[in-house]
Amino acid sequence: MAGLLNNRAVLSVLFMLPAASILLLFLTYPLALGIWMGFTDARIGRPGIYVGLEQYLSLFDDDVFWLSVFNTLVYTTVATIAKFGLGMWLALLLNHALPFKAMIRAIVLLPYIVPTVLSAIVFWWIYDPQFSIVSWSLQKLGLIDHYIDFLGTPWNARWSVIVANVWRGIPFVAICLLAGLQTIPPSLYEAAALDGANAWHRFRHVTVPMLMPILAVVLTFSVLFTFTDFQLIYAITRGGPLNATHLMATLAFQRAIPGGDLGQGAAISTAMIPFLIAATVFSYYGLQRRKWQQGGTDD
Amino acid sequence: MNLTRRDSLKLGAATLAGAATGLGLTPPVGAQEPKLDLKPEDGASLRVLRPAKFVAGDEKLWLANTEKYTKETGVKVKVESQAWEDLRPKAAVAANVGKGPDIVYGWYDDAHQYPDKLVDLSDLGDYLDKKYEGWYDVCKKFGMREGKWIAIPLGAAGARIVYRSSLLKEAGFDAWPKDLDGMLKATTALAAKGKPGGLALGNAVGDGNGWCHWLVWSHGGRMVDDKDQVVINSPETIAALEYAKELYKSFVPGTLSWLDPSNNKAFLDGQLSWTINGISIYYTAKNSTDPKIKAVADDIGHAILPVGPVGRPTELHLTVPAMVFAYTQYPNAAKDYIRFMLEREQYVPWQEASIGYFSQPLRAYEKSPVWTSDPKHTPYRDLMANMLWPGYSGALGYASAGVLADFVMVNMVAQAASGAKSPKDAAAEAQKRAERYYKL
Repeated sequence: MAGLLNNRAVLSVLFMLPAASILLLFLTYPLALGIWMGFTDARIGRPGIYVGLEQYLSLFDDDVFWLSVFNTLVYTTVATIAKFGLGMWLALLLNHALPFKAMIRAIVLLPYIVPTVLSAIVFWWIYDPQFSIVSWSLQKLGLIDHYIDFLGTPWNARWSVIVANVWRGIPFVAICLLAGLQTIPPSLYEAAALDGANAWHRFRHVTVPMLMPILAVVLTFSVLFTFTDFQLIYAITRGGPLNATHLMATLAFQRAIPGGDLGQGAAISTAMIPFLIAATVFSYYGLQRRKWQQGGTDD
Repeated sequence: MNLTRRDSLKLGAATLAGAATGLGLTPPVGAQEPKLDLKPEDGASLRVLRPAKFVAGDEKLWLANTEKYTKETGVKVKVESQAWEDLRPKAAVAANVGKGPDIVYGWYDDAHQYPDKLVDLSDLGDYLDKKYEGWYDVCKKFGMREGKWIAIPLGAAGARIVYRSSLLKEAGFDAWPKDLDGMLKATTALAAKGKPGGLALGNAVGDGNGWCHWLVWSHGGRMVDDKDQVVINSPETIAALEYAKELYKSFVPGTLSWLDPSNNKAFLDGQLSWTINGISIYYTAKNSTDPKIKAVADDIGHAILPVGPVGRPTELHLTVPAMVFAYTQYPNAAKDYIRFMLEREQYVPWQEASIGYFSQPLRAYEKSPVWTSDPKHTPYRDLMANMLWPGYSGALGYASAGVLADFVMVNMVAQAASGAKSPKDAAAEAQKRAERYYKL
């Protein structure tokens, strides 16, 4: 026994066992079960039998499903670009010497700290067709003569939920990028300045390459969070109007739980996986090109 | 007569023993009362899930009745009020994993999603049927499967036309019209005077489903026929959608995104001249401490939903069935608790406290004092007598639940009303969507 415990191979397996068990139990098993259920006709209260690709074939012919795919792609793409643009800007601002720096950074994190559903309810009020504070203010200022129908038309509703998502997601991006910015040695900026680089050059040729590894990680996480968003949509629109804001996650829930069709809900969830893998692969292999970061050329 | 809530509570309590007999709530002396011997198991305790209160009196009396049950039987009962949207998923998970609450007061046809996970409640169903002048027909549809009771309906939270009497008068109408043509004339006249109404056209589980089903059914449209063949794309449905398009012109802007609370807020704020809703708007106004909102209560009128070309009521209301899960260790206690809450000594004061927010499933309670203590309550009395079921006129089951949860009917009406699609195209799309569920 003592000999076994002195064996490095045995020890490494033993040390990995707790983490592996947690991953297997809470990650692999639910994922595998979800994928399996997508191949069955499981209903609430009935295990279901294997039906092959029937759920997917049914979805292929389902306009609402394709609308949710479109909505999810628009939502993720626009929100992610906005979150990165604004998050980077905020991070650069916060990286400067500011009075009350610690307090300002804490305040910036607030939208991320507030429970999602709470901020969603606030946005629901902000966008309310009858009680919107935005419409009320604009009307009082004489800029509009009737309330804005934020959630009442498909595109208005899409932009509105994207704004809510961006508001909530910016702190995560900003704080992560700020952490990245603070790891960049000031000597690099000094050297660049001596070489005559202006602010844009320093940003383009020092900040961006040095931030790229953390950018890749943050982008991956941000895309994953946005693509799988549920709470904001569920609280603000329930997928309406006319299913214009239904994301794949909200549609999966609607079909699986209130609708009782676990198999179909699982199939919609599983259909999200290829998109998520593609986003992850793009982030890792597209952005984390080390040779390029270090001034070399890409193969 | 206009009573305060306190008056109503007193009245409810006082009339229980005496007046109730006079009103025919108790059987005549000498009549054989049906018996049901449900002795709770020794040491039994229950966990009950029920919808969160929409009117305060509902939960208050429910908990008081529960305490009374514990006092009388020794059975400890833990009541957990759940957000409406959470109730169905939680019941579903309990059914799936075989663990959780002993009783769930769920929604609509929940029991038909997992009938084999539920305790047979036939003895209780028969007992209540005999004791309280029988169930309304639709209750049997919700509660029974293959001749057995699998759920006991508690009642239905339903909708009526809620309107501002003064505004209706100004528009030239003394009372809310009883037919659809008259209703369209009234809503158009109100809108012309700058007093629009509004109905939820977003994915609103209660309000959206309620009025959209009523409208389509009232014209003779239906999702499926008696043999579960999808027949929503019909001339009758298209006629209903044409009507919805006209009605929509009298709506306040923004109804396409309305969820269940939206019309309540707008009405109480004085922005609506009419809507379709439960009695909760009146309850809130009546009990408000804000004089402006209290004044709205005096001006509120309630009317039953107009009857359409089919010539009979075609309503859909949020039905609450009580289910006992087969995994419970205390089936007798669970059944007995459901029985207790439906007995007149508990049910009548509970209805009174919630001013009839839930309308009864048993005919005897048509005579409950709540329906006459304030004439504004009366239109809510016959909800279950007038209603049909989701997936009418087919069977309740997986397909009907799926179509309802996917808002097929609401989306169709919303598309046609808002002009996003023509009535013909909206009906054709609904047909295609519904067929996906009914062919499985």
